[in-house]
Amino acid sequence: MKEKLVLVGNGMAGVRTLEELLKLDPERYEITVFGAEPWPNYNRIMLSPVLAGEKTVDDIILNDRAWYEDNGITLHTGDPVARIDRVGRKVVTENGEEHSYDRLLIATGSNPFIIPVPGHDKDGVIGFRDIADVEAMLEASKQDKKAVVIGGGLLGLEAANGLMKNGMEVTVVHLMDILMERQLDRPAATLLKRSLEERGMKFLMEAQTSEIMGSGRVQGVKFADGSEIGADLVVMAVGIRPSIELAQSAGIHCERGIVVSDTMQTYDPRIYAVGECVQHRGQTYGLVAPLFEQAKVAANHLAQLGIARYEGSVTSTKLKVTGIDLFSAGEFNEEEGDETLVLQDAAAGVYKKLVIRDDRIKGAVMYGDTMDGTWYFQMLRDGTDVAAMRRTILFGQHDLGDAGHGDETRVAALPDDAEICGCNGVCKGEIVDAIITKGLFTLGDVKAHTKAASSCGSCTGLVESILASTVGEGYDAAPSKKPLCGCTEYSHDEIIAGIRDHELKTMDAVRHFFEWKNPDGCAACRPALNYYLLARWPGEYQDDAQSRFINERAHGNIQKDGTYSVVPRMFGGLCTPSDLRAIADVCEKFDVPEMKVTGGQRIDLFGVKKEDLPAMWKDLSAAGFVSGHAYGKAMRTVKTCAGKTWCRFGTQNSTGLGVRLEELTWGSWMPHKFKLAVSGCPRNCAEATIKDFGVVCVDSGYELHVGGNGGIKVRVTDLLCKVATEEEVLEYCGAFVQKYREEAHYLERTAPWVERVGFDYVKQAIVDDEAQRKALYERFKYGQKFAQIDPWKAVAEGKDQHEFQPIEITAA
Amino acid sequence: MSNWIEIAALEDIPKLGSRVVKTDTMNVAVFRTRDDQVFALKDECPHKQGPLSQGIVSGTTVTCPLHNWKIDLASGCATGPDEGCTNAFNTKVENGKVYLSI
Ligand SMILES: Cc1cc2nc3c(=O)[nH]c(=O)nc-3n(C[C@H](O)[C@H](O)[C@H](O)COP(=O)(O)OP(=O)(O)OC[C@H]3O[C@@H](n4cnc5c(N)ncnc54)[C@H](O)[C@@H]3O)c2cc1C
Ligand code: SF4
Ligand code: SF4
Repeated sequence: MKEKLVLVGNGMAGVRTLEELLKLDPERYEITVFGAEPWPNYNRIMLSPVLAGEKTVDDIILNDRAWYEDNGITLHTGDPVARIDRVGRKVVTENGEEHSYDRLLIATGSNPFIIPVPGHDKDGVIGFRDIADVEAMLEASKQDKKAVVIGGGLLGLEAANGLMKNGMEVTVVHLMDILMERQLDRPAATLLKRSLEERGMKFLMEAQTSEIMGSGRVQGVKFADGSEIGADLVVMAVGIRPSIELAQSAGIHCERGIVVSDTMQTYDPRIYAVGECVQHRGQTYGLVAPLFEQAKVAANHLAQLGIARYEGSVTSTKLKVTGIDLFSAGEFNEEEGDETLVLQDAAAGVYKKLVIRDDRIKGAVMYGDTMDGTWYFQMLRDGTDVAAMRRTILFGQHDLGDAGHGDETRVAALPDDAEICGCNGVCKGEIVDAIITKGLFTLGDVKAHTKAASSCGSCTGLVESILASTVGEGYDAAPSKKPLCGCTEYSHDEIIAGIRDHELKTMDAVRHFFEWKNPDGCAACRPALNYYLLARWPGEYQDDAQSRFINERAHGNIQKDGTYSVVPRMFGGLCTPSDLRAIADVCEKFDVPEMKVTGGQRIDLFGVKKEDLPAMWKDLSAAGFVSGHAYGKAMRTVKTCAGKTWCRFGTQNSTGLGVRLEELTWGSWMPHKFKLAVSGCPRNCAEATIKDFGVVCVDSGYELHVGGNGGIKVRVTDLLCKVATEEEVLEYCGAFVQKYREEAHYLERTAPWVERVGFDYVKQAIVDDEAQRKALYERFKYGQKFAQIDPWKAVAEGKDQHEFQPIEITAA
Repeated sequence: MSNWIEIAALEDIPKLGSRVVKTDTMNVAVFRTRDDQVFALKDECPHKQGPLSQGIVSGTTVTCPLHNWKIDLASGCATGPDEGCTNAFNTKVENGKVYLSI
């Protein structure tokens, strides 16, 4: 006769243990499951998307009733176990049903902690734990308006986001002064809060709830400082408590949770426990990844293999609010003696921090770009020595090797043992194997076969990339997209295409077409839209100064102290004595405190007061200078070397060609800054191979290089092709610039752009497709007609003077 | 407190833009919104004293050009997670003229 196994708690950890057990030994037990909820096992993590209306209850069922039947498991739902009789070795349910066991598995999970303030038991106060809670919230959102979520942690924010999606006004009340303080440091928490606020969420920080008010049903919440807010619904998400009452009443040793050994056994060796109800080596867990590890170990012992040991877990967290990417793991707040590496790009909304101790990663917090989260997490757990990659580690894994092409190559470059799905501990190799051996084509297949992406879903993008790179063309990707900013759901690419295909020619038209939430847009999208319109509709679209960052509006770089710097253009770096004299005169006249020769072969004049700018430009303009656009997302400089005229190695007239290139391209607005260089021979004194567009002259002509970058993150150019004449250099250059101007995202330099779209794509368009090259070049030259108007001269002649002249009132 | 000073014609302030008014003691940034409301703030971000007049205006907020703090034009206070306020002054528009009270 088979032994009897009873599972109490039909949830994620318990049922996972059964699955693992069935894999090892399907015949050993006669299995019976008791669940308090009326459902078969479902993915609790996905309650947040259900609440947000992104998924249905049916979508999140993990094991339907047929699964239990197929595996010979008897399932009792809606009938909690009330008592365990350890002497008689049986369980008794609330309905009075009795069932004996040889081994018992307890996986009762946890309960939401309800703060015991006066009024906590009123109607309309709920936790966020199961389908019933979600249904109650959805019901409330139909008639009620105001929701208060107490608790600004992971759960609280997901609840708040969901309620907001259902049209409720939501205020999150949090005891601390930063959100998700257990997962985030202050800068990341600040970014998160800001972006939630942009979506309309409200916050009351450092607020201590003292009472839930209302007669019968909730009407409001009162705080320790005496203030109050109105509420029709209160969701308590301040934490969870392991559900131990059942075990405790049976005399099983419990502290905070049910105490278990490394083999997941309680003090009664016939009784195992897994999941959130468990306390192991003093730790309790509230995330599925460690629980699934426990499940594996428990299954191993239930199958009487007796070899596995659970030794505790390090956990990582991601927030599942669509459009917000956030990752945190380990000790992310540095202690004395730790080193931290930080990358912060406010405009792109990206923040990454690694805490390093003794050359090992101890913690990571990432916001905005979480692609490399699993990689850092793996190194954290493995204790990898990262000394050798310190300089590039923040740029991600793909940056270590050769330059890749966007996510797909980043993923392709991962080693087979790289963990992809943190929840289920699935490595890349297993996924690739399953795709190949089982002939999988869809994300659903991969989920079913490997469990990757089947829990919290954060790794879905990675799994899709693996599918795409393994299956190749056969895989039809649903594009995963990232909105341009908080004002819209649409991505850069969709907006660029919309402007082109629907002939949207004003900012209001774009915002209307793409359903902007904010009539004026914000400081992130306004400059982007202004650029896209300008690049697509030269001569038609009217540049909007108020949508430009101050540097571009004032045609100078604002410096730390509020003064500006002025950089006159010197074509190809060439100048004459009278040019230098004119610059010297201007500097003396306007008391310029410092002059510096720049790396771009021209002269930077620092410390100019804003109101002096127009007069200074007038003088420079009169001497024949135009703006160097050193302040703009624009074509900056053409650096040249001495060249054939003077240098004995020179093969071509590199300075002359540099001047011609600069004359062609100056004044052009770009997604980001753009630099060129021309070297007279392969000794490459002008450093052409780290420029956006570089020319290296050789005996037989000109090598053209693209996509280089000499900034924080150095990237060497790709060789585009070789051409024979200067005319061709100009044509290829104009075409490349135009392709970049039309297709790159605003604030994306050529290096990441080339990586994203793939160098072959660029080469195909510029080199192989002559018709496209010529058309691009024509469009570029047409646009230049409108762009090559010197902004300095225009201001000197009176345009936008108000920008520079303050109004003086002295009698105040 | 009604010592109104005429400072400019409404048209002299660009829509979704600003002008700087210099007084003996400080600079005041005067903003105009899309729907022609006018607001005035001391031209110093509560964060690192960035010139708010140089920021991007949207709705009734301005984003500081230095570190992207968003300041509410009516109250002068930082919105969102940031905290701090700069001085806000009364303004009025009459017959196309903008008046400021400091
Ligand atoms: C909204 C939400 C979002 C989450 N997001 C994430 C996330 O992004 N990532 C992550 O890793 N984790 C997340 N979690 C946590 C994760 O869902 C839990 O860690 C996991 O479900 C715990 O599994 P468990 O089996 O221990 O408990 P549960 O899944 O809660 O299962 C326990 C089951 O036992 C039943 N039960 C209790 N007592 C009895 C009894 N006496 N008799 C019979 N049945 C009983 C309960 O009703 C329940 O169905 C989230 C949780 C929630 C609520
Ligand atoms: S790149 Fe060649 S031609 Fe130019 S200066 Fe250097 S050595 Fe001379
Ligand atoms: S390298 Fe850095 S510090 Fe130096 S000028 Fe450029 S931005 Fe400034």
